[in-house]
Amino acid sequence: MIQKKDTALKNAEASVKSLRAVEHHYCAGCGHGIIHRLICEAIDEYGIRDRVIAVAPVGCAVIAYEYWNFDVTEAAHGRTPAVATGIKRVRPNNIVFTYQGDGDLAAIGTAEIIHAANRGENITVIFVNNGVYGMTGGQMAPTTLAGQKTSTTMEGRSLRRDGYPLKILEMLAVLPGVKYVERVAVNSSHEVLRAKRAISKAFKMQIDGKGFSIVEVLSMCPTYWGMTPIQASDRIKNDVAIFYPLGVIKSC
Amino acid sequence: MSKNRVLMCGNEACGEGAVLAGCKFYAGYPITPQNELTSYMSKRMNETLGVFIQSESETSAINMVFGASAAGVRVMTSSSSPGISLKQEGISYLSACELPCVIVNMQRGGPGLGNIAPSQGDYFQSVKGGGHGDYKLIVLAPASVQDMLDLTITAFDLADKYRMPVLILGDGLLGQMMEPLTIPSEIEPKHYDKPWALTGCKGREPRVIKSLLLADGALEEHNKHLQEKFKIIKEVEVYSQSFNTKDADIIIVAYGSVARIAKAAMTLARAKGLKVGLIRPITLWPFPDKVIQEACARAKKFLVVEMSAGQMVEDVRLAVNGKVEVDFYGRMGGGVPGEGEILKHIESLGGAGV
Ligand SMILES: Cc1ncc(C[n+]2csc(CCOP(=O)(O)OP(=O)(O)O)c2C)c(N)n1
Ligand code: SF4
Repeated sequence: MIQKKDTALKNAEASVKSLRAVEHHYCAGCGHGIIHRLICEAIDEYGIRDRVIAVAPVGCAVIAYEYWNFDVTEAAHGRTPAVATGIKRVRPNNIVFTYQGDGDLAAIGTAEIIHAANRGENITVIFVNNGVYGMTGGQMAPTTLAGQKTSTTMEGRSLRRDGYPLKILEMLAVLPGVKYVERVAVNSSHEVLRAKRAISKAFKMQIDGKGFSIVEVLSMCPTYWGMTPIQASDRIKNDVAIFYPLGVIKSC
Repeated sequence: MSKNRVLMCGNEACGEGAVLAGCKFYAGYPITPQNELTSYMSKRMNETLGVFIQSESETSAINMVFGASAAGVRVMTSSSSPGISLKQEGISYLSACELPCVIVNMQRGGPGLGNIAPSQGDYFQSVKGGGHGDYKLIVLAPASVQDMLDLTITAFDLADKYRMPVLILGDGLLGQMMEPLTIPSEIEPKHYDKPWALTGCKGREPRVIKSLLLADGALEEHNKHLQEKFKIIKEVEVYSQSFNTKDADIIIVAYGSVARIAKAAMTLARAKGLKVGLIRPITLWPFPDKVIQEACARAKKFLVVEMSAGQMVEDVRLAVNGKVEVDFYGRMGGGVPGEGEILKHIESLGGAGV
């Protein structure tokens, strides 16, 4: 869905050099747009735009390169951290980050994320957890909460049939190569500010050569949650962030 | 240019070829019969300040190669049949994004886990597609340890020249056997500008590497562009060797290590007064159809020998187009045809003036 933007918003985006002042395709109330902006602000603040090479996922953010004003490559679904590994190893002075949904990172790309993390690749991962597969029509993701209705769990996610929601961040945090792990949300202005700080910190870790950093962002998908944007924001506070607690999980 | 005469196995010769060609990134996952190549690269990448990664899977290896290629360096990965199957998704993406890379397949017996003996069962996968979508790989078929080195260097040049993956299709025999070979102590790797590589957008507009083309007609246009490229390659990059074909009644067509065995069979046949020749395709794609078509004017019969149930024979039949008879002799599942076996088959071919 293309959203018309008013001039004020366009001007605001234009002030962030890393973000292109173009209309985006995300649904009303979607978290992706906010997260894009936070990443771009952080990149601008560190003055690293001309060193950044981003790896975009397959998912709703597949055309993030239309919005980001720096070098970007596509990656096959879930292979994002492997592609980032290849780039960072041959260009260690560039700043390399992946942007991945929960299908991309926590389902099809589980091997790639665990091993990139375990090798301690000096990359930054922005992990967008919206609890569903947005791009393909709202199917269950590994992160879908118990009882949550999706197009493949119409009666609600059954733990017996579908298994448990995956806390991938807590799994990654035990790996010694992983240096910074934080979970944030973008459902309120207060949380957005905290998310901004976490994303900045994750990039700083890479700039300082500290190793693998990952920020999970609890994000709204009003479309496939069957909610209004406000209801979706409230759901993060009332349900999602209860199961996936916010805060720093690891920082070295 | 000084040269070294050394004894090496094919896997190592391939690795040394990559180093000489200026390969700066290798990722791979262990699988027999190509393990010597992965080991060799782990040592040589360290020595030449390149990057070596033992990846968590072949899927990851090919995607690491995707990233490193996108970042503009010469890259390689290698595996054997089951691992090459896992790489197919990545190969399709590399082809779509026009990223150069060299992929080595030291084929083993299949299908499934099969065995670790030599095979040529991956011909179809290599030359007809393998991954999804309309694309082609340049496929080179070495037949000796020296070829493993020389064709690897060629592969890197072709990959950069045409911005595409190039596959070296060897087999367990070529990978494992040791032969003397000549190694140039240094070569000047050909340089190709990469005005598409991702390096960070300092002083220029940002670059994007992608294969998703959603605008109306954009993907068809891109496909047309790829097909144009493949057409040029079909015209100018076809390589083969012919032996004794001028007066031959029977022409054997064989590639890779089987071409070596077939050549020995040809020599035995000639000693018996049989007019036998040999065509050895060096590029499996593009396939040397013209050479085969020309040979049709004189030859009475073709005999295709493969370590498969009959895969390349289909391309020979397409080239021959019904003009003369095309016979096939194959071994499968790791069986290697001996020269005597091939000779016997030649002798059994009646009606060719034999
Ligand atoms: C190999 C492969 N399998 C499946 C798909 C289809 N597919 C595209 S995006 C996607 C899931 C996206 O979900 P997520 O990663 O959570 O991102 P979101 O769209 O929710 O932002 C799937 C299954 C694909 N493109 N490639
Ligand atoms: S489907 Fe969901 S994740 Fe995708 S753009 Fe719409 S709200 Fe965002």
